[in-house]
Amino acid sequence: MSEAQVLLEVKDLKKHFPIHRGVFKKVVGHVKAVDGVSFRLRAGETLGLVGESGCGKTTVGRMIMGAYRPTSGNVWFQPPNGQPRIDLADIRPKQMKPLRRHIQMVFQDPFASLNPRMTVRQILAEPLVVNKVAKGRELEARVRELVELVGLKLIHLNRYPHAFSGGQRQRISIARAMALYPCVIVADEPTSALDVSVQAQIVNLSLEIQDKIGVAYLFISHDLGLVRHFSKKIVLMYVGRVVEYAPAEPLFARPRHPYTEALMSNVPSTRPEMVGHKIILEGDPADPINPPSGCPFHPRCLYAEEMCATVEPPLMEVEPEHLVACHFADVLNLTGCDALGCAV
Amino acid sequence: MNQDKIRAEKYLNASTRQLIWWRYKKHLLAMAGLFCIAGLYVVTIFCEFLAPYDKATFHVDAIYAPPSSIRIFDQDGKIRRPFVYACTLEIDTETQQMCYVEDTDERFPIRLFVRGDTYEFWGLWESDLHLFGVDAPGHVFLLGTDRMGRDMFSRCLYGTRISLSIGMVGVFLSLVLGLTLGGISGYMGGWPDGLIQRIVEVIRCFPSIPLWMGLSAAMPPHWPALKVYFAITIILSLVGWTDLARMVRGKLFALREEEFVLAARFAGAGHARIIFRHLLPSFMSHIIVTVTLAIPGMILAETALSFLGIGLRPPITSLGVLLKEAQNVTTIALYPWLLIPVFFVILIVLSFNFVGDGLRDAVDPYSR
Amino acid sequence: MVPTLEVQNLRVHFMLDEGVVRAVDGVTFSVRDGKTLGIVGESGSGKSVIGQSILRIVPPPGRIVEGKILLRMENEDGTKGRLDLAQLDPNSRQARSIRGRDVAMIFQEPMNSFSPLHTVGNQIIEALRLHSDVSKNEARNRAIEMLGKVGIPRPEHRIEAYPHQLSGGMRQRAMIAMALVCNPRVLIADEPTTALDVTIQAQIVELLKQLQEEFGMAILFISHNLGVVAEISHDVLVVYFGRVMEQAPVDVLFREPLHPYTRALLKSVPGIDTPVRSKLATIDGTIPEPSELIPGCPFFGRCDQCGGDSVCQDTPYVLTKVAENHSVACPLVCVAG
Repeated sequence: MSEAQVLLEVKDLKKHFPIHRGVFKKVVGHVKAVDGVSFRLRAGETLGLVGESGCGKTTVGRMIMGAYRPTSGNVWFQPPNGQPRIDLADIRPKQMKPLRRHIQMVFQDPFASLNPRMTVRQILAEPLVVNKVAKGRELEARVRELVELVGLKLIHLNRYPHAFSGGQRQRISIARAMALYPCVIVADEPTSALDVSVQAQIVNLSLEIQDKIGVAYLFISHDLGLVRHFSKKIVLMYVGRVVEYAPAEPLFARPRHPYTEALMSNVPSTRPEMVGHKIILEGDPADPINPPSGCPFHPRCLYAEEMCATVEPPLMEVEPEHLVACHFADVLNLTGCDALGCAV
Repeated sequence: MNQDKIRAEKYLNASTRQLIWWRYKKHLLAMAGLFCIAGLYVVTIFCEFLAPYDKATFHVDAIYAPPSSIRIFDQDGKIRRPFVYACTLEIDTETQQMCYVEDTDERFPIRLFVRGDTYEFWGLWESDLHLFGVDAPGHVFLLGTDRMGRDMFSRCLYGTRISLSIGMVGVFLSLVLGLTLGGISGYMGGWPDGLIQRIVEVIRCFPSIPLWMGLSAAMPPHWPALKVYFAITIILSLVGWTDLARMVRGKLFALREEEFVLAARFAGAGHARIIFRHLLPSFMSHIIVTVTLAIPGMILAETALSFLGIGLRPPITSLGVLLKEAQNVTTIALYPWLLIPVFFVILIVLSFNFVGDGLRDAVDPYSR
Repeated sequence: MVPTLEVQNLRVHFMLDEGVVRAVDGVTFSVRDGKTLGIVGESGSGKSVIGQSILRIVPPPGRIVEGKILLRMENEDGTKGRLDLAQLDPNSRQARSIRGRDVAMIFQEPMNSFSPLHTVGNQIIEALRLHSDVSKNEARNRAIEMLGKVGIPRPEHRIEAYPHQLSGGMRQRAMIAMALVCNPRVLIADEPTTALDVTIQAQIVELLKQLQEEFGMAILFISHNLGVVAEISHDVLVVYFGRVMEQAPVDVLFREPLHPYTRALLKSVPGIDTPVRSKLATIDGTIPEPSELIPGCPFFGRCDQCGGDSVCQDTPYVLTKVAENHSVACPLVCVAG
C-alpha cells in the first residue's frame, strides 16, 4: 500500500518566547515553549498531539496556523494543487493568505470562538466571502451545505451564537473550518470544554467528515483515550519536546518512554478493580523557562539513571516509525495499556 | 405553553442589540434617565418655542422678581383656569428691600400658543409663537427673574441647550481623538502604543482646572462668543479623550486575542475586515457606555469653567453662565431662585449617569 | 451506626425571571465516616448545588425549599445528636462555625479560595485559629505538619509562599491542607481535579484516598469525570436534571449499570474495548430547559431504551431500590425488574 502524500512536515520547530523585565524591557530569559518538534501529517489521516498543559502543544498548532513566527525550524506544507511545497515558517503574511484556505482551525472554547454579534449564516459565509470563493446564490447554497454537513438545521442559520449549546457551537465551529474544504484541520482540544455525551457527538461528526471528505486532522489533546480512538499516529510532548512519536497501536501496546507509560496508567478508569496499577509520578511537569538538564523528564522518571541528568536523549527510531527520546528505550520493558487495563 | 414557545423562539433568534435592549429595559432608573434625557433634548431643540420669553428680554418692572405663583382659585375661592396676579414692586421702608406685592384685582390667565417675543427658529424662519404666556402687561416668571429682569425659566431652557450641546460636541471630539489614538495604540502595540500611553499619562498628570484656566486664558479676549464656544469644547475634549483612548486600547488588547478574531484571521480576513466586522462591533457598546458617562463630565467641566468666569461668556447662556450670577452669598440669600440652574445640572448629570449605568449592565448580554 | 451526613429529599430552587429552576429536586443520600460518595453529572445537573447547600453557601436567588441535611454531631457533654443544616441561618454564628470545622470544601480553582495577599501558611493558621483555641506557635506547627501531610516538599519553607508562587498541583494540595487542618468530618470536593493534568490528577486522587485513611473523614466527591469518580468513590450517585438517576456501590454501578442514562454516559467515553474509529454512543438532544417542570423521567426523549414509551413520561419520578444499596429511577428497569 502506497502511503498518502505528506501534507505537513514539521521539522525541528522551536518557539522561545522572550521574558521581559524592567523599564527597558530587557530580555532576562526565554520560555522554551516548543523546543525541537518534528512530525509528519499525511493526507486524510489523523495525528494526535498529546501532552499536559504547558507542554507546547497549543503553540505548535498556532505556529502551523501562522499566528506565531517560529524561532527556528520549518513547517513544510504541500499545497494540494501540486505546487512545490512551501515553508510556512519562513513566509510573508501576504504569501500566507492564499494558503490559509487549505489549513483551518477548530478551537477549544466554543463560547469564545464565535463572534456573538454575527448570525450563523454570517459566520459560515465569512471564510467564503473573504477568500472570494462564492457569492450570492452560490454562497447561500454552500452555507446550507455546510449546515447540513455538521448536522444542524436550516432554521439555525439566522440565529446568533448565544442561542446554541456548547456542542452545537462546536458544530458551527467545525462547519466554519470546513467552509473552504481545507486539507488540514488543526483541532485544538475541540471537545475538552464539552460534556462526555456531547463530546461523543463531536468525535463521531469529526470522523464522519474525515471519511466523507478526506481531511487530515492535527488533533491536539490531553486525553489519551480520545486520541487513541481518533489517531493513526501519536506525538507525545513533554516540556516543548517530543518524547515519543509512533503509530497508535504499537504505542499503546508497548510504550517505550517512561512518561508515556505513566501517562497511560494515570488515565482514570471506570473499572475500579484496575486501581492498583497506577504509576504516580512525583512532582510537577518541568518549568519551560528553566528545563532540567539532560532528559527533561528525569526528575520525575522512575527509571532515571545518572546519565539522564546530563545527556539529553535524542529522538531515535527503535522500531520502524516508532521514535523515542529515551536512553533506555531498548532496555526498559514498559507496561502498555492492555496489561494495565486502563481506560484507553 | 405555546406562548412560552414563541417567547423562547424570540430569544433564540434575537440579535445582540435586541438582547441589550431587553436587558436595559429591566433597569428602571436607567429607563427614567433615558426619558429625562430624551425630554431634555426635545427641550433644547424647541426651546425658543417652549420658553415664554427670549433669553435676553429684560423687564425693568420685574427685577429680581420671585417665581410667580400660579393659582386656580381666585380671591372668592372660585375655580378658574390657571392665572397669575399682577405684581407691583414695593420697597420695604424698614429694610430697604424690594418686594413684590400681588395685586389681586388684576388677573392674567395663562394662555397656550400666545404671541410674544419674536425669535428666529434655528435661523430658519421668524416667529413669535410661544407655548404659553400671559397677556401684557402681566408677566409669568415660573422661576423668577435675575438682576436685569430676565425670565430665569427661559434662560434655563437656553442654558440647557448650550450645556447639553457642549457635552455632545465635546464628547464627539474626544471620541474621534480617543478612538484614533486608542485604536492605534491597541491594534499596533509596540512603540506607538508606548508613545501614546506616555502622552496620556502626561495629560492625566496635569491638574485639570489650572490646565483649563491656562488654555482659556490663552484665548484672545476679543473673540466672538461663538468662537469662544468652540474653543471651549476643544479645550474640554483635548483633556477628556484620555479615558476613552485607554478604554479603547484595553478593550482592543483583550479582543485581539479573542478566539473569534483569530478565527477570522485564520480564515484569511484582512485588517480592515477584522477591525470593522469583528473588533468595532464588539466594543461599540462599551464605547457608548463610556461616552454616556463622559458627557456629564464635560457638562460639569463647562459649568465649572463658566462659573469661574473663564469659560463661556454672556451673551452665550449656559447653565454655568447662569450660575455665575449666583456667586455671591448675599444674592443667594435674597434671591435663592438664582440657584435653580443647579437643579438642571443635577438632572442632566444624574440622567446621563443612570443611562450609562444601565447600559453598562446591559451591554454584555451573554454574562448571566 | 448513624451516617456522618445524611441528606433527605433535598430541594433547592432558584427563583428566576424565567421561572423556578429546580436545581436540586428531591435528592437523598448518606455518607459514613471514611467513605467517599461520588456525585457524577453533566453540566447543569445540579451536582455543585448539592455541595453548596450542605455548606449553606447556595448563591441567591437559590434557596433550600425542602429537605433535611443531617450532620452527626458530638456535643460537648459527649452525647451524640444530629444537626439539621437545612434549618440553619446561613449567616448565623453556628453555620459559620460548622463551615470549615465540621464540613470543609475544596474547589476546582484553588486560586479562588486563597487570598492572593496573604501567604498560604497564614491563611491555614487563621483557618485553624478561627475554629480551635490554639496558640499561634502551635497553629503554625500544625500548618507545617499539614502541608507536609499533603505532600508539599519542604513545608517549613513553603508556609511562607504566596498562592501564586505555587504550581497548580501544589496549590490544590495547599487547599486540601487548609480544608483538613481543622479535621472536619465531611470534606466536599467540587471538581477538585478538573483543572489539573492527568499526572497531577492521579496524584491528588491518591492523596485524598491516603488522607481519608488517616483522618477518616467522609468525602463527597463531585465530578463530571466518570473515571475519577470510579477510582475514588465507594458509592456513586448519578444525577441528572437535579435528580438522582441511579445510586449504587462503585463496582456495581460501573459493572452493571441499570439506568439507561448511566449506561449511555459510560458508553460515550471511548474505552479499551471500543474499536478504534468506531462510532461512539451518543445521547441525543440536550438537557431540558432548567425551568421546565417534568413530573416523569427527565431523561425521557433522549433515552434510547424507552422508545417513546408513555410509561416513562407519565410515571412520576421515584427512586426505587432494586438491590441492596442499589436504587434506580427508571420505570422500565423497575417495572421489568
